[in-house]
Amino acid sequence: MPVPPQRRLIFAHVDEPGYTNDIGCYLRHGGYEVMKRAFARKPEELIDEVKKSGLRGRGGAGFPCGVKWTLVDRKSGKPIYLIVNADESEPGTFKDRYIIHQDPHQLIEGTMISCFANNVRQAYIYIRGEMPHGARILEKAIQEARDHHFVGKNILGTNYSCDIFVHRGAGAYICGEETGLIESLEGKRANPRIKPPYFPAVLGLYQCPTIVNNVETLCHVKHIADIGGEAYTKIGTPNNTGTRIFCVSGHVQRPGYYEFECGKITLGQLLNDVCGGPRPGRKFKAVIPGGSSAKVMRFGERYKGKRKVGAEMVDYDWGVEDVPMDFDSLAMIGTMGGSGGVIVMDDSVSMVEALANINAFYSHESCGQCTPCREGSLWMKKITTRMVHGTARAEDAALLKGVADQIPGRTICAFGEACSWPTQSFIAKFGDEFKDYHATRQSAKPEAALPLI
Amino acid sequence: MNLKPETLQRIDEVITHYPVKRSATLPLLHLVQEDAGWISPAAIEWIARKLELQPINVYEVVTFYPMFRQKPIGRRHVKVCRTLSCALTGGYRVCEQFQREFGCRTGEVSADGEVTIDFVECLASCGTGPVVMIDDDLHERVDAARVKALSDEIRTAAQRRPPAP
Ligand SMILES: Cc1cc2nc3c(=O)[nH]c(=O)nc-3n(C[C@H](O)[C@H](O)[C@H](O)COP(=O)(O)O)c2cc1C
Ligand code: SF4
Repeated sequence: MPVPPQRRLIFAHVDEPGYTNDIGCYLRHGGYEVMKRAFARKPEELIDEVKKSGLRGRGGAGFPCGVKWTLVDRKSGKPIYLIVNADESEPGTFKDRYIIHQDPHQLIEGTMISCFANNVRQAYIYIRGEMPHGARILEKAIQEARDHHFVGKNILGTNYSCDIFVHRGAGAYICGEETGLIESLEGKRANPRIKPPYFPAVLGLYQCPTIVNNVETLCHVKHIADIGGEAYTKIGTPNNTGTRIFCVSGHVQRPGYYEFECGKITLGQLLNDVCGGPRPGRKFKAVIPGGSSAKVMRFGERYKGKRKVGAEMVDYDWGVEDVPMDFDSLAMIGTMGGSGGVIVMDDSVSMVEALANINAFYSHESCGQCTPCREGSLWMKKITTRMVHGTARAEDAALLKGVADQIPGRTICAFGEACSWPTQSFIAKFGDEFKDYHATRQSAKPEAALPLI
Repeated sequence: MNLKPETLQRIDEVITHYPVKRSATLPLLHLVQEDAGWISPAAIEWIARKLELQPINVYEVVTFYPMFRQKPIGRRHVKVCRTLSCALTGGYRVCEQFQREFGCRTGEVSADGEVTIDFVECLASCGTGPVVMIDDDLHERVDAARVKALSDEIRTAAQRRPPAP
């Protein structure tokens, strides 16, 4: 399979020389025309287009956007809110940053179309606190859009009104989780809510029906409204429609963001052809394909089984490099496409030290409500840090696994899974390295090795 | 509370963004911290009164979110990303070097009151690591030479600043 060219739909103008983030530039590039056409249609038709498109959420879970919108309680008589999740907090992910900074009006247009489709009268953009410039850019862009009657009262001269406000977070990862985000927007600690009953579609912001979508997802809505749901399914592969932005970081020659049709590029092509392969003199060792919570893949391992191609079941036997980069293939081999953050580690890296780094993150970010998550994430951090800086023992691998296995399924939110999957998968795939660490950690490290914890 | 008139005006405006006043807790904390540099006990009481809350409601928010601080920090805030992608490209070395440059450890204020260095979690710019935020500005691909240059810039800016009245 030859390496496909990038298909820049969402990032069409990112890094384009002369493209600026003001409304004048956006309008010169045909901005808000899609919204004008969309507002001439019935809201239900727009929801249907999104359903037909098969669009899956780009924030992490890959949940079908159209289905999410149909779950919204429209009979309660309460207002419906829409929240743009611009928390971009999953380590390894850095795509929404560029949309916000370089093409904010694309997000505003997609948001307004989504609001109109769902009869939303108030939207909030929840942006992570560490993007102060991004927040200011969005505020300025929203004001420009208000001045042009694209946002605010009587949009485009209709009797439909809807405003957008920007709300800044303050450095807590758990605000990316949608119910934690809602609590935070209500002015509280971002303690996630338990589902059921607190599905945002029914009992969300102020206990009203609420739609939470990722920045990139809402940008895709604009393109779906533009070309139609049916045409959108022609981009990408069945059940994995549209484009995906891969954020590649770590040990490749050319890290960065690359937008491809979903499922049309393999991991090997992405890392070797697009990103230039490993650094000189090094070999790839491991890759986390969908944000730091996704289960790690080990170079050299193989994935075998049967998969559906069209109507038939066919055998597959893939190496890491052969895996197509789409939601279903990555799920099939036991990991996930998640948020599109691809973190690459080469043979200079000790997997124990890399895991210690990840564990320090999760233990810092647990909101602390659930004992298995609060204590488990802390213990996993303490064990891996001790292995690196104190005494390592052969039995630490089993101990770590024992702690990790007790977390998932026993917590309020999916952070429980997110914090245990790294430990579970690192031990499953690099178990020997953990068992031998007490003996090997004193030996000379590769020259390129850097401290990770 | 001695807030600038502009801050007070922005506070009154932002409260109108929400149907429930309590939602303005984070925005008010940001505005007060930008104005005063940190969140004092008096600020907590003031915000609580403004939003018709109990001080504990504000206090528990301050202690939850890493960006709110209950102590003054240096005039410049250096935040080095600690998380995996940056660590894989040298984040820990960058953090150490900044500490050497200013002779203080993370979380402390340098002797001249100029900087506080923090080792923070993911700044969502993993493709250009190691990254560092100095106040509101992101610096990418920070190697040893960049740390030196950025530190020099901080020192030069400090010398140019007129002495406090
Ligand atoms: C621990 C945790 C962190 C998350 N962080 C983010 C995030 O930073 N950005 C995001 O869009 N979604 C994040 N999500 C997913 C959201 O909960 C939610 O599913 C998503 O915003 C829905 O939007 P989508 O359907 O458009 O993807 C996170 C989920 C969990 C469990
Ligand atoms: S799983 Fe962790 S982050 Fe989620 S609610 Fe429980 S303690 Fe908080």
